[in-house]
Amino acid sequence: MFDLYARRRAINVVTLSISVFTMAFGLFWLVWILWTLLEYGLPNLGLHVFTQTTPPPGSDGGLINAIFGSVMMTAVGVLIGTPIGILAGTYLAEFGQRGWLAPVTRFINDVLLSAPSIVIGMFVYEVYVAKVQHFAGWGGAFALAIIVVPVVIRTTENMLRLVPNSLREAAAALGAPQWKVITFVTLRGARAGILTGILLAIARVSGETAPLLFTALNNQFWSTNMNQPMANLPVVIFQFAMSPYDDWQGLAWAGALLITLSVLTLNIVARVIFRQKTNTQ
Amino acid sequence: MSAEQTISAPKLIVRDLNFYYGADRALKDINLVVPEKMVTAFIGPSGCGKSTLLRTFNRMYQLYPKQRATGEILLDGENLLDKRQDLNNLRAKIGMVFQKPTPFPMSIHDNIAFGVKLYENLSKHDMDERVEWALKKAALWNEVKDKLKQSGTGLSGGQQQRLCIARAIAVKPQVLLLDEPTSALDPISTAHIEKLIDELKKEFTIVIVTHNMQQAARVSDFTAYMYLGDLIEFGDTSTVFTNPKRKETEDYITGRFG
Amino acid sequence: MPTFLREASLKRQTVLDLLFRNLTRLAAFMVLALLAAIIGSLIVGSLPAIREFGFGFLTSSEWNPVTDQYGALIPIVGTLITSGIALLIAIPVSFGIAIFLTELSPNWLRRPLGIAVELLAGIPSIIYGMWGLFIFAPLFADHVEPWLNDHIGPLPVLGPFFSGPPMGIGMLTAGIILAIMVIPFIASVMRDVFDVVPAMLKESAYGLGATTWEVMWNVVLPYTKIGVVGGIMLGLGRALGETMAVTFVIGNAHELHKSLLMPGNSISSALANEFTEAVGELYTSSLIELGLILFFITFVVLSLARFMLYKLAKGEGRGA
Repeated sequence: MFDLYARRRAINVVTLSISVFTMAFGLFWLVWILWTLLEYGLPNLGLHVFTQTTPPPGSDGGLINAIFGSVMMTAVGVLIGTPIGILAGTYLAEFGQRGWLAPVTRFINDVLLSAPSIVIGMFVYEVYVAKVQHFAGWGGAFALAIIVVPVVIRTTENMLRLVPNSLREAAAALGAPQWKVITFVTLRGARAGILTGILLAIARVSGETAPLLFTALNNQFWSTNMNQPMANLPVVIFQFAMSPYDDWQGLAWAGALLITLSVLTLNIVARVIFRQKTNTQ
Repeated sequence: MSAEQTISAPKLIVRDLNFYYGADRALKDINLVVPEKMVTAFIGPSGCGKSTLLRTFNRMYQLYPKQRATGEILLDGENLLDKRQDLNNLRAKIGMVFQKPTPFPMSIHDNIAFGVKLYENLSKHDMDERVEWALKKAALWNEVKDKLKQSGTGLSGGQQQRLCIARAIAVKPQVLLLDEPTSALDPISTAHIEKLIDELKKEFTIVIVTHNMQQAARVSDFTAYMYLGDLIEFGDTSTVFTNPKRKETEDYITGRFG
Repeated sequence: MPTFLREASLKRQTVLDLLFRNLTRLAAFMVLALLAAIIGSLIVGSLPAIREFGFGFLTSSEWNPVTDQYGALIPIVGTLITSGIALLIAIPVSFGIAIFLTELSPNWLRRPLGIAVELLAGIPSIIYGMWGLFIFAPLFADHVEPWLNDHIGPLPVLGPFFSGPPMGIGMLTAGIILAIMVIPFIASVMRDVFDVVPAMLKESAYGLGATTWEVMWNVVLPYTKIGVVGGIMLGLGRALGETMAVTFVIGNAHELHKSLLMPGNSISSALANEFTEAVGELYTSSLIELGLILFFITFVVLSLARFMLYKLAKGEGRGA
């Protein structure tokens, strides 16, 4: 009896110690990667990064054209993707009780949420880049929009479902037509959550590299023309990191640090907003 | 049908009403008359169908699939269950207040203006007056007049519920449905609202669902006792409470059951 | 109130209701149309390759732009092997993390640790790739691979998989980095499904004197097994399609080696490296067919994952 108990306790102690170890193991990589980024990124991160364009090997330069291109394409992608995502998410949450469309869409959307982004890049290449015969910022924005949509749909539906039914009933009881109930009451009630979803979508796409490789590609020069190939941080990082030149690799580290910091900041801000807004309501 | 004859001014007449949740029959052949500008209370144990009955009056069940009602509910002689009735128009005539306060995520002023704006084009001045009128009716004006721009979700539970009552009466409905309006409130707020109901019945026909028999006895003029989807007894509140005709009602009221 | 105003407004509201409803429906429909368009364009794009190579495409290890001969075997195998390695490492680690987060962690640590795990998931894959290439691979080549060569290399069955030049980049490195990337996904799904277990069920097991481990292994895991498998499949779906991190460290060689230390190729890294530089219809078309295969595999895996998670959510995961 006592032996059995001792054995069980021993197993428990061993397995739980392993559990603690795995947690440490997970954190270890996070810390190591962030440390590496700071170690290699900070020394290369100067004012020049924000004032000069990407250089040819061997000369000075920065990343301003890539930063601009990333911001531009992300913004356009989010502007295209968000309205579609919010509307479709609204359909799933508010009109989705009847018919086949909602369950099928929900399923497909959840699959698209984790679909390989490189295939989305190929798709935009096929239907857009190949047709206009050149890489272009628009293509990058379209590809990012396609990645934004499923993220926004999922959070919008989830957040709308958190709005209590009694609120919908209360608005309907006043004689409000359904579109007013949804836009003025339910969507309003869920706005903090939906905003969180949009921020997370921005975080998600701002590091995307593969789809941009086939659509916006890169541009060594300053360009604001969305009809031209457009520089962007991820592709510049990819090309510079894979190059044999030290100064290019340095810039790649600086860019990597920038991207990671903004993605992590967005993640944290999104969570803080969500917590604050949902707590006060 | 005797009640239909004895009540001089019927506002709502319910005839042979049946209600189904999918295949479950939740209301069985209900016949009932709600008198104008009086308070009618529905009482009974949980699951007896009192809230379900209330929610047929503004067809709230239509928000959900698989719920349906048959029979007639006449509002001033017009059948509410008629498919041709415009639902939103109907709901504007019949206000409702729920178990838990349901302030919209907007300012106190906008909470009340929301319903009014749906059917009336008021100038800013008229709207402000209407908001003040409704808040005064709901005995909330003095507490919130300095913070109309603040969010309605920041009020206390009892204030929120009075805000919801103000919101419901601001559109000047003819009937006010109260679905256990005090069940989530403390005793002081409950007393506030009961006093308010007494005031409001001068202008509105009120139907209240309550699980609290003392409350029914205090605020209502007529009482309906329901059990398992059946309307067991309906009549004058004092008669139902002091001299019930049916044994089941007496058992429930004296606390031997429920 | 004026009735005429009401009537007019009512009609308008009915129309607006209809418009709004159909607008949202259209948006939902666009998701389906998008899927159809993606599949359609990939199929159309890969038609020349399908016509030329037929099913042989799947079994041929030839990949030669000079002779215009293409086969998908090497990238498919590379994708499966790297993802397999990733799961082998990620499943036990994620399970451990999920146990820690649900049962062991003190309350005040639970949120920060949960956020840390999600931050790990948020780091862009290109960062993993850079870090893997510049930091992890050299260390791996200097310290781990020689050890593998010396200690596992001589073993009879496992040996050949772990012997070879310690170059740092290769299938094993790619698999390990993929593992780090999918751990947060699998761990957070596991944590979420463990939270679904009714507290009463766990309490009754604890009430019988069961240890934490026994409760997790004998009560929680059987109760949630569908969800746990769903979470693993979700991680697998991620690993299969992961591009940039793999591209940096896999070596990008169209070679089939027994050793995991040797460079190889995966579908996604082949696409990332060659697609924009491909010349000729057949070359491009073969790459698109690779993309189609990748999309198909991940679609099936992710569908299964979602299906299992839905099943758990519906409460059908009960019963061991």
